[in-house]
This record gives sequence, C-alpha cells and structure tokens, in this order.
Amino acid sequence: MNTDRIRRLMAEPPPGPFRPGFWRSPLRGAWLTSFLGSCLLILITLVAVTGLISHSAYHPGTGHNAIVPPGGDVGPLISLPSSSPAWAYAFTQGAHITIGLIAIPLLLAKLWSVIPRLFAWPPTASPAQAIERLSMLLLVGGALFEFATGVLNIQVFYPWHFNFVRAHYYGAWVFISALVVHVGVKLPTVRGAYRTHGVLRPLRDNLAQTQPAPYEPGGLAPVNPAAPTISRRGLLGMVGGASLALLIANLGESIGGPLRRLAFLAPRGRVFGTGPNAFPVNKTAEFVKVTKLASNPNWMLTVTGRSSRQLTRAQLMALPQHTYTMPIACVEGWSTTQDWTGVRLTDLAALVGASPAAIVEVRSLQTAGPFRAAAYTADQVRDDRALLALCVNGVNLSLDHGFPARIIIPALPGVHCTKWVASMRFLEA
Amino acid sequence: MAGFRRLFGSHPLHLVGHLVMFFVAGWAITQILGGGNAINWLAWFIGAALLHDLVLLPVYSLLNLGLAGRARFGRRAHSGRATPPASSTPVVNYIRVPAVIAGILLLVYFPVILGFSSTNYFNDTGHTLTGYTRNWLLVSAGLFVCSGLVYLVRVIRRPASPPTPGSASAPMPGPAGEQTPG
Repeated sequence: MNTDRIRRLMAEPPPGPFRPGFWRSPLRGAWLTSFLGSCLLILITLVAVTGLISHSAYHPGTGHNAIVPPGGDVGPLISLPSSSPAWAYAFTQGAHITIGLIAIPLLLAKLWSVIPRLFAWPPTASPAQAIERLSMLLLVGGALFEFATGVLNIQVFYPWHFNFVRAHYYGAWVFISALVVHVGVKLPTVRGAYRTHGVLRPLRDNLAQTQPAPYEPGGLAPVNPAAPTISRRGLLGMVGGASLALLIANLGESIGGPLRRLAFLAPRGRVFGTGPNAFPVNKTAEFVKVTKLASNPNWMLTVTGRSSRQLTRAQLMALPQHTYTMPIACVEGWSTTQDWTGVRLTDLAALVGASPAAIVEVRSLQTAGPFRAAAYTADQVRDDRALLALCVNGVNLSLDHGFPARIIIPALPGVHCTKWVASMRFLEA
Repeated sequence: MAGFRRLFGSHPLHLVGHLVMFFVAGWAITQILGGGNAINWLAWFIGAALLHDLVLLPVYSLLNLGLAGRARFGRRAHSGRATPPASSTPVVNYIRVPAVIAGILLLVYFPVILGFSSTNYFNDTGHTLTGYTRNWLLVSAGLFVCSGLVYLVRVIRRPASPPTPGSASAPMPGPAGEQTPG
C-alpha cells in the first residue's frame, strides 16, 4: 500500500460508527458530559478515599496481615485514627460499597455520552492524541474493571483466577492515575461548557425546549441530530432513578437492624431466624471444618507473651468481663451491630507479662483457608473495647459466630475479627 | 515551544502528565501481573472495556432505537396530526425509564438474581440463596406498573381534543411532554 492510498483512507472514515453522522442523539454535547463527569468525579473520589481507608484498616504492616505483598506497596495512605468510634469502618466501608453502586448508572451514562469519540476518525491526528487514546484504555478499562470486580465480590461470585484484593487494589491505582490526568486534560473543556451553558441552566429545559448542542468537529454533539425523545434533565432523572434504586436495594445491609430487610437485592439483606445469635454469619463452622475442634469441651486458649498460659473457657469467664456494643463490618459492605461480652485484650496481655507496646498474633482453630490468623497493632490491643469475646447479646457465642471465643476490635474489617480462637501470641515491638 | 506544540499536538505538560501517569499505572500493572494469572487479568481488564463498548452499549442503543422509533408518542397524539405537538405525552419514556432501572438492577445484581452466587453464599451464610429472582421481578413489575399509572393519569388529565390553532383557549397546563418518573 502506498502512502497516498493510506492518506486517502485516513481522510475518508469507514462506514458505520466512524462517520460523524452515525451518532444522532441530540442530548450529547460538552455540557452533558461535563455534568455527568463532575457528579461522577465526586462519587469516585469518595469511593477511592474509603477504599484506601479499607486497605489500611487491615493494618497490612502488622504481622502477616498483608495480602498485597508489602515490598511493592506504597502502604497505608489514609487511615482511621486509632481512637475512632467502633462504627467507623462500618461507615467508611458501607460508604465505599453504597457510593460505588450508585455511581454505576452515572458511569454508564458518562460512557454513553462519549462513545462517538471511541470511533473518532482518523484514529489519531497527533502524538498527543495517540497517548491520550492509550490513556483512555487505562481509564475506561480501569473504571469498568474496578466496578465489575467490586460488584461481583460483594456477591461472593469470583469468575476469575487472579487474587481479588491484589487486582482490585492495584487496579484502583491504574484507574486513579488515569483519572487524575483525564481530569487535568478535560478541565478546560468542562470550564468552557459551564461558562457557555451554566452549570445547571440546561436542567431547566423540558422536552420542547431541548436543543441539540452545536456541532463541532471532534466534539460530542451530533452533526445530524435526531429529534429529542427525552430532555437532558429527563435523562439525568432516569440515571438518578437508577442510582436511587441501587441505593434502596443495598443500603439496608450496611445499616442493619430493621432496615436490613429493605435491602431487597443486597446479598446480606436477609434475617434468618430469631434469637441472640440470629445475625449474619460469614463462613460457617461447618464450611471451614472447625465444628469438632470448636465444640470440644477440653478446648483451651494458649496465650503467650513473656510467659505462657493455658486457659479453659471457665477460667476466661472468671476474668473481668466487659460488654461493648460494636459492629462487625465486612469489606463487602454489610455490617451487624451486637452487644459483645468478653475479656479485654489488655487483661490477657497483663496475664502473660506483655508490655503495652506489644502487638498480638491471633490464630484460629481453622487449619485451612484465608484469614485464619491475624495480627493487631499495639494501639488496637490497648483499646479498652478490644475484646476476646465469649458471649454475644447475653448468651454464649454460637458455633457459627466463633464459639468458644472470637476477637472483636473497634473499626476492624470483619474478616479480622478472628473466630474460633486457638492461640494468642503477644510480640514485643 | 510553538514547534513542540506543532509536532506533538499539545502543551508539554500534557506529555509530562501522561508520562507520569503511565509510570504509575505501569507500576500498578506490574504489581498485579506479579501475582500470576496475567492473561486472565489482562482479559478481564481489556475485556471489560470491549464488552461495554462493543456489546452492552450497542445492544441497549439498538433496543432504544427500536423502542423510540415505535412508541415515541401516545395514540392520542397520533390521531389527526402528522407531527405530534410538543405538549403531547411521549409514551416512550414511560417504558424506557422502568426498563433502564430494572436493567441496571439486573446488570449489577445478576449473580444473586440468576444464582451464580449460590455455592459461595451457602458456604458463607449456611442458608440457600433464594428470593432474589422473585424480588427483582416484583420490583421490575412494580416500576412498570407505577410508570404506567403515571402515564394514564397524565393522559386522562389532558383535554380530550387538542386546542385548534388560533382558538381562544389558554395554552395547555400541566406537563410539557417530558417526565422523570422513578
């Protein structure tokens, strides 16, 4: 093929979506995309911040907590303060999931509003445009990957082979870095659109008043607009309606209590049975094969520090008991607040002569599976509300909730509230 | 500077910003690929974009074109007029809005609605996954019914025959053709 022929080919777009006349929606234009993008940016910022908080809430720097290899990780950037209220993680993680869900209709609408640009012809007019288009793959791929994996993870459906935590965490860095540059590149366009149309003025137009945006080559407005069938505010209302539906479908599982049943599509929107132990379970004793070990009447807790002790459940019950109302909050966005009673971790530390600077490593009776051990920082151990819980709501823990003993620590991701505790090892820093 | 702009097509900051971004994104991608299953991850990352841009978006656009072409305006608006008046009630949005909301609910919650989560759900909770298909169908039906009722009310509240041009009657009050139910 000679260069002349290539030049002619590039000048003439192939038929179909590559021709400007193919895209006809009269709603597309700089204002609509700017408005959708601005709303989405606020939501995604909140999702990113709460996501980073969740990453640090696992205290990946303590013991063997790190799921993402700590060597290459930038580490915790935004953390909850150690004196946080017990519901802090339930709040931030509930927000991460809920805001992420309500952002989905906005993301879909935003992508719809810019789809003509995917088929821009010629594919690149300059080196600047070429690298911008490559960055679009990272931006759109990153956004869709993060939302898709997050949405599937909250529904415990994992149709992939990679590690979710690792891929979702570093996928976020791909997405965030591409988004920062995208916002920088598009800021003048957004400001221009708001200066021309006002930030909210197009929302006043009903269907009869809805006008297509003026066509500009390389822009989003159609060259040959169809008659509108919905106004821009109608479209945004529809997007908002879908967000509202997702909010109602899921929010109850984050708040819990009587609102749980309202969450009509949330995986943890159900209440099974009644009684003090009838609150959501994550991993049953049967599934992780601890039923026999955990119901053994000769179970003893091994506590190691400067000295070592073995304690029966009766001996633990004889130690000073404390009750706190605290949520268990899952990374999947659901939580459940209960009254937990047990022994303070500080009392157990004192029993084996551990210093207040000691961290503790806790192991479960589980012999396989992730999260059967976790380590807690000295700050977490020193917190009065940090318990080795023996009872919940005034009765013994059920097997599924971690009998004979489980860890409950304020503002801690649920999977680190280790169940069926076998041993605790206080380690001096 | 002007020469750079002409050759590159944008401000030097554009290039610097993108280079920094490619460095950060590249670092993140190597961290993911270091975890193994590189092909699977790449298929997901690129596949998500392709699936959205080349399957999901074209499919819903075609459905919308079919719907909007067929049912833009209510029967009443069609009687006697070639072009519907601006104040007529477009029936398409009373189908489109509940369809979009029900569709997004399905898109997001298909693992529980269609039962893909069943095994893991049972292992986690000790209970079988039931009721989600029913909930989605009920809510979707409810959305369509509510939307239909709103449409009926709006049609009934309009005068039986549109005012003839030049008549003394005041401009039609009420909805101007576009609503956002849901």
